[in-house]
Amino acid sequence: MKHLSEEDLVLRYYSEPPRGAGVDEHLATCEACRVNLVSMSRVLDAMDGLEVPEPLDGLSSRVWQRIAPQLAASRTRWWTDWFAPRRLVAVAAMAALVIVAFLAGRVSQRQTQMAGLSGPVRERIMLVAVGEHLEQSQMILIELMNSDSKGTVDISGEQQRAQDLISENRLYRQAALRTGDKSVSNVLDELERVLLDVAHSPSKLNSAEFEQIRQRIAADGILFKIRVVGSNLREREAAPVKGRAL
Amino acid sequence: MEQSDAAAVAQARAGDPDAFRVLVERHSHHVFRLAFRMTGNEHDAEDLVQETFLRAYRQLGKFDGRASFGTWLYRVAANCSLDLIRLRKRRQEQQVPVDEEGRQLAVAAAAEDPTPDRLAFSGELNRLLAPALDRLSPMERTAFVMRHYEGMCIEDIGRTLGVHAGAAKHSVFRAVQKLRQALEPAVNSAKS
Repeated sequence: MKHLSEEDLVLRYYSEPPRGAGVDEHLATCEACRVNLVSMSRVLDAMDGLEVPEPLDGLSSRVWQRIAPQLAASRTRWWTDWFAPRRLVAVAAMAALVIVAFLAGRVSQRQTQMAGLSGPVRERIMLVAVGEHLEQSQMILIELMNSDSKGTVDISGEQQRAQDLISENRLYRQAALRTGDKSVSNVLDELERVLLDVAHSPSKLNSAEFEQIRQRIAADGILFKIRVVGSNLREREAAPVKGRAL
Repeated sequence: MEQSDAAAVAQARAGDPDAFRVLVERHSHHVFRLAFRMTGNEHDAEDLVQETFLRAYRQLGKFDGRASFGTWLYRVAANCSLDLIRLRKRRQEQQVPVDEEGRQLAVAAAAEDPTPDRLAFSGELNRLLAPALDRLSPMERTAFVMRHYEGMCIEDIGRTLGVHAGAAKHSVFRAVQKLRQALEPAVNSAKS
């Protein structure tokens, strides 16, 4: 007998539309799945015990006092969003990328000069930027892998995002190649091909075409590789930097 | 007569800050509840309330009135939370190596050694739950809080966070898996 998956049980617990038919019928006849559901339900029921304290008196007044001066400023400075921290990180990362590419191009002739210029701050920015890039790419691929493939599938949203990531991916890959970071450049190379496949497919696919895309993603094991490299990057981000490459 | 949210939004857009203050006073507590569940502490939650209203004010032009202001504000708060948790997670990971995560999870759960009596006290339970939630990825935590505590369906979670329903579903599944891994032994021993 094929038992219910954990996903089926989660959907059942939250009364979400089931993935497969006959979940309740199966539960009625399968002791093992019932036990599994009860065990999971206990954990999730226990989560309800997480109490939310009442905020200290005067929450809205405090919030208002802190934000009011900034509201006045943001009315006049429409360009504030351009200097939001996330955008600054992205701009700094791109600037660093250009610098890395430029310096790496000269490294063979002037290695000592490059060594003097390779700073931990630049590397951290790069690690953060590549990590973010992998995270965004991973999200698109997960969405595609988990989409409902019945009937016509519209992937125009994912395509647009994949298209946006391709040029960024190319730059990061080239920088990784120049700095000799093979694990990163290999994954970015594979990722680029998958992103290109997604971006250049028709935006509306029938089930068979959509399945081909999914098989392409699954066959390369790209999601697993992204996770591994992303995890390595985070570790490197955390470790003290001693003049490493990307 | 009490001003409606729609009227307050219209006036705030026209440049009346007091109208926005009405919205802050009306919705702060609701945002705080969400923020606390996302962050697990009152200080961060209050900061998040502040950030949510700032971001909402700056994006007021994007509010099209199709959903209620409260619903729209909730989406802003959820995305602010996601950003904050990502930032905090990144900082934490700089202190705790990734491959240590699983081991610490098990050690943390085992170290509590809860008995049924102890678990009966919600304060004790909180001591187990909060670290377990902290170990979810930002997307997993956000999706889980929205599904479990706020009762949002997976489709709505996806829409709110700007991801496909499949990705939202995947995040909820992963969250439940991790929570089971961390809490099941303790919770089941308390029940038996």
